Parts: sequence; structure tokens; C-alpha cells
Amino acid sequence: MPLVKSGKVVEDRYVRVADGEPVPEQGAVIVSADRFLADADELGQRSDPVGVIWPNNRNVADLEPHLPKLALVALVFPAYKDGRAYSQARLLRERYRFRGELRATGQVLRDQFLFLVRAGFDSFEVVKPADALAFEEATKRYSVFFQPTGDGRVTVARVRSGREAQAPQRQPERLSA
Amino acid sequence: MYLYDDFDRTLLAERVAEFRGQVARRLTGELNEDEFRSLRLMNGIYLQLHAYMLRIAIPYGTLASDQMRKLAYVARRYDRGYGHFTTRQNIQFHWIKLAELPDAMADLADARLHGMQTSGNCVRNITTDQWAGVAPDEIEDPRIWAELLRQHLTLHPEFSFLPRKFKIAVSAAQHDRAALAIHDLSVRLHRNGAGETGFEIGVGGGLGRTPFLTKIIKPFLAKRDLLSYVEAVLRLYNQYGRRDNIYKARIKILVHELGAERFGKEVEAEWQAIKDGTLALDPAIIADIAARFRYPDYERLEDNPAALATARKSDARFAAWLDNSVSNHKVPGYAIVTLSLKPIGKTPGDCTAEQMDAIADLADRYSFGEIRVGHEQNLALPHVAQRDLPALFAGLDAIGVAIPNVNLISDIIACPGLDYCSLANARAIPVAQEISKRFADLDIARGLGRLHINISGCINACGHHHVGHIGILGVEKNGEEFYQVTIGGRADEQAQLGTLIGPAVPYDDVADVVEDIAEAYLDLRERPDELFIDTVKRLGVEPFKERVYATR
Repeated sequence: MPLVKSGKVVEDRYVRVADGEPVPEQGAVIVSADRFLADADELGQRSDPVGVIWPNNRNVADLEPHLPKLALVALVFPAYKDGRAYSQARLLRERYRFRGELRATGQVLRDQFLFLVRAGFDSFEVVKPADALAFEEATKRYSVFFQPTGDGRVTVARVRSGREAQAPQRQPERLSA
Repeated sequence: MYLYDDFDRTLLAERVAEFRGQVARRLTGELNEDEFRSLRLMNGIYLQLHAYMLRIAIPYGTLASDQMRKLAYVARRYDRGYGHFTTRQNIQFHWIKLAELPDAMADLADARLHGMQTSGNCVRNITTDQWAGVAPDEIEDPRIWAELLRQHLTLHPEFSFLPRKFKIAVSAAQHDRAALAIHDLSVRLHRNGAGETGFEIGVGGGLGRTPFLTKIIKPFLAKRDLLSYVEAVLRLYNQYGRRDNIYKARIKILVHELGAERFGKEVEAEWQAIKDGTLALDPAIIADIAARFRYPDYERLEDNPAALATARKSDARFAAWLDNSVSNHKVPGYAIVTLSLKPIGKTPGDCTAEQMDAIADLADRYSFGEIRVGHEQNLALPHVAQRDLPALFAGLDAIGVAIPNVNLISDIIACPGLDYCSLANARAIPVAQEISKRFADLDIARGLGRLHINISGCINACGHHHVGHIGILGVEKNGEEFYQVTIGGRADEQAQLGTLIGPAVPYDDVADVVEDIAEAYLDLRERPDELFIDTVKRLGVEPFKERVYATR
């Protein structure tokens, strides 16, 4: 499954360690939420990065005290129409100020990319290779944004009320063929 | 009218381009039907019994004449020459081909129309009072708030994959013409004791198989806080709404399971964390939206001009229409005219391309180019000078939309039912047609006074049968269509769910049952001006039940 980061397909430097398996001394690892919470102190001593997979039915507030120890949080889309992780992502970024890598995993399709970026995700495990290659195009699909989210995109309301000087980035064309 | 700017036009252009790509991926098989499903639904596209259906939003029910002409064009070019107005200020085209959908959407976008978020598990078209901005009983124009919400919730990155659909209605009038209580979230403008205007927020209304009316969780919310409060509600719903069972996924179930008080407390806690952040509405932003709603340059006119009195005396049909379909306007000398889309024996809410074009022309001539769409599946011309009413009547009469049956027993709300819909268990339209034929005599219909019949072809309740004065629900029993009948429901400021009167009756008996109920009412009412709904309230269902089942 291709991993997209900073707009490009990259190699995943993290290794997933199953519950019960020993955590290697070196190298970046991702562990389950239960494993992480059980061994948080020990894992926090590692010099190499530690990440956690956090299920979408668990309150991210439970992660807050541990965030300084985490280099990565992976949130889960069991089906792409299950949108709970969008709220988790915004809370992690905007309320708990998590600055590490926020990864989308599970059923991730290109049609979600822009929503994911706007919610604060910055890496993506993409199901279909063609979608991974279309990342750049898919995230530039829209130039008009109404909601202020943590991604900092300028909203229409701020431009209209004269707080930001910015015209629409693209001129509307005639739409009909 | 609301003035769109380059931002709105750009967004629609980008949306059409995205959808064109999605259809191309579906046609090549790159997307399977399951993956395509959510994407098409978010553009208002359903797969029905015979074809794809396209649902177009008419935000807050306001339509310009050029938009109505575009709907007529789409009806002719891509459909079978007609469209169907729904109970949520939308219009549906039932016969569109998948490969032509992107072109149809592009044509609609030229007239600032779209199907974004008219279906799927997202925030749906935000509805209001169809008389917004012209109703004498409103404290301010609710569309400003509907538009602020519409913009904020369009392609919202956090709330585009909710557990289930989410419907919001806004009203600012004494009389609730927006059916607030049956919405997932209701926003009612009112004044508090200090004379300030703000919102009363209700949550958890909805019909379907488990009907609930909204519960008020915030009696008074300041205007600056509307977006942050709605965001808090949606954030809780997105995280905690049930996703294990589609029939328990609406917010009404979450509110019911937690209890409204506890749900309100959870919302309050979330809202406190965000209310002073970027969503706090500053007056400049509100003023900017308000300034985009343009009102006609009304003339200074007197109420009841002489020409009107003369026409009333000389033409009995005009007089009947005037009494039935014309309502008071907040500006002297003007009137609001309702156009009945309920001709006797036809499909409620259907409108042909020819009618749409003619209505657009009449709107240009007599209503400053503006048309409204109401949840009762009728249209309105909101700014008609009273002196023009006789000429307008002639124009409307010529195209069959001046039938004076507004709010009467033949002004039936019905879903498309088994004639179109893949979810339906039973037909709804033919039932409506038969009932309207039974009450085709307008003297009889008028004698019954205000009486709303709502018909749904399945438990999903698109025809809002729970809140009909008489509600009719189609069910299937051993392969046959049966209908459950409720009475006493209403969707206005005294909203109430109807009560079942007894066992379901077969298709052939439904119109007879309605006649029995109507006759019972005439016998039971205390005075000629006691409405049906008030008689039911006073006596309960029992005497009606006795009448209906005595001979069955």
C-alpha cells in the first residue's frame, strides 16, 4: 500500500510491531493503542520514533498526556464513509496541538484527500496506487474554502469581509461543454 | 435574492469538474458501484427503480426566474419534460442517464444551481420558511442565518462522512412554516426578555421508523455563536452517533439514548472549548451576508386597491382563488401568491417544463423575478402588487396552477413511492390522485377547512405522514399494499405526531377511509370554524376510529 507524504509517494520508515512481539531497539515503530498505553513510559525512553495506531471509537483526549512522546499518530478509516477520524484529527491538531506526523490509514481514496489535509492529516496510506499518484491533483481540486480549520487555508468569509486580500485562485470558466 | 460572487461560481465549477472525473472513473470501472455510491450521493444522485435520479437544492426555497428557466431546460434536455418538487425545498429529475449527469450538472451550475449535499450522510440542504423576507409575522429574514450555515457546512472537511444524513431548518416567524420540529437540528430566531434577538436550538427531530420531535437544548444562543454551537453538535454526533445500524444512526437516536439533558450538557462542554475561536461570527461577516440578500424596489402602494374589489365582484373564480391562495405581505399594497402544484388527479409537486417557463415569465412580470419553493410541494410568488392580482390569476390559471386548493384536503403531500423509488413498499402518488378526485368539488373541500394529508410509500417517511393531519403510510403485507392511517399529526409550532386509528387497510379502501374520516369530522365538530386538527385534539382518535372500522 503506497504511502504519500508531502505530496509524494515515499517509503514508509515505520515498522508495525504486533502486540506480543518485541519492540526492536532501533528504528521507527508503530504499536497499537493498548500496547502503547501499557508501555508508554518504556516506549517513551526510545531514541528512535514511536507511533501509535489509535482506533476511531476511542477518545483522543486519552492520548493528550502522551503526545510529547509520540512522533506519529495513525488514525483509522475502517470504511471511507466512516468519518469519525476527521474529528479526532482536528482535535489532535487544533486542541491538543499535536505537531508530529498524523497518518490516515484504512480505506483511503483520492476523493478524501482534501478533506483529510484540511482536517490536519499529513501522511496517507492509500489503497489504490493510481490514487496515490493523483494526490497532487486531488488536493488542488478546490480553491474555495469556507471553514477555518487548522490547515490555515484562507476562508471566503475573511476575504469577503476585507480581512485578507485574496481573489479566487482560479477564474470561473463557462461550464457547459 | 441572494447574490452569488466569484467564490460561489468557482466552487461550483470545481465541483462539476471533480464529479466529471468521478463519473469517468466509474464508467471505466476504476471505481466500483459501492465506492461511487457515496460520491454520487453527495451530489444528489440516487439510483432508483428505472434510472438515476438527480436532486437539486433550492437553498432556503428562493429561486430566480433564470434558475427556473434552467430547470425547465434540464427537464427537456435530459429528462422527460418535467421535474418534481420535494418536501425539502429541492427539485428532482427522475430519468437522467449516468453519462449525461456531468453535463446536466454543468448546465445547472451556469444558473448557480447544484445538487451538492442533497443526499448522502452529510448536512443536507438547509431549509426555511418559504415566505422568508416577506412574511408579516417574522422578526427578521431567516435566510441570512441559513446562508451562513449553508456556506459553513458546504464541503466541511470534518462533517462530510457523518453516521447518517443531517437536516437543518431555520425559521424567524411566529408561525412555523418550516416544520422545525421534525429536523435533526432546528434554529428558531426569537427575542429574549432583554429584547435581544438570538436562537432557540432544538435537536433530535426526525421521522422514519422511530419518529421524534426536536428537544430544545439551548433556549437562547447569541447570534455570534451560531456556527460554533452547530459545530459542537455535529462534532459530538460525528464521533458518537451510531454507525452499527442504519436505522439507529440519526442524531435523534443518540439524543434519545443519552437523554436530551445530558446531550445538551455534552454539547455545552464542547462548545465552551471552541466558542471564542475562529468560528465566532463578527458583525462584519454577518453584515456581508445580509448585504447579499437584495430586496425589490417596492412601490408605495395602498392595500386593497379598487381594481381588486371590482375583479372580486365580477369573477367568482378569481374571488375563490384570492381567498385561498393569496396571503398578506409585510409591505403595503403587495401580496404573497401560492401556486398550487396539486391539480386534481395529478402527481403532487410535479411541474412541467412549459409550466416552469411560464412561471418564470410571470415572476419577471409580477414578482420581481423571484419564486419560492415550500415544503408543502407548492410554489409561491413572493412580491406581487395587489393591483396585478387579476392579471396574474389569468396567467396562472392558463397553465393550471391557480387551483384554489391550498391547505385544503386535496393539497396533499406525497413522496414518489413505488412508482419511482427503490425503497418504497407501496404506491403513494396514485393514492393521492384518488383522494384528490374524491374531493375535487371545491365547495366540499372548502367546507372541510384546513386539512393536511401526508402520504409516504414506506417507513422512511419522505411524505412526512407522521405529521399530517391525516397521515397515510404504505406497508407491504404478503406482497400486497396496505396503508396505516394516523390522525392528529401536525408540523407547525404546535408540532405533534399523529396517532394510529387502527389496522392497516388495503389499497382500494384508502380513499373511502379518508371520506369516512372527513364525514366523521363534519358530524363531530363543535362549530363550522373548528378545524379538523382541533376536533381531533378535543375528542381524540376514538370517535374517528369507530366511524372508520364500524363497517370494515
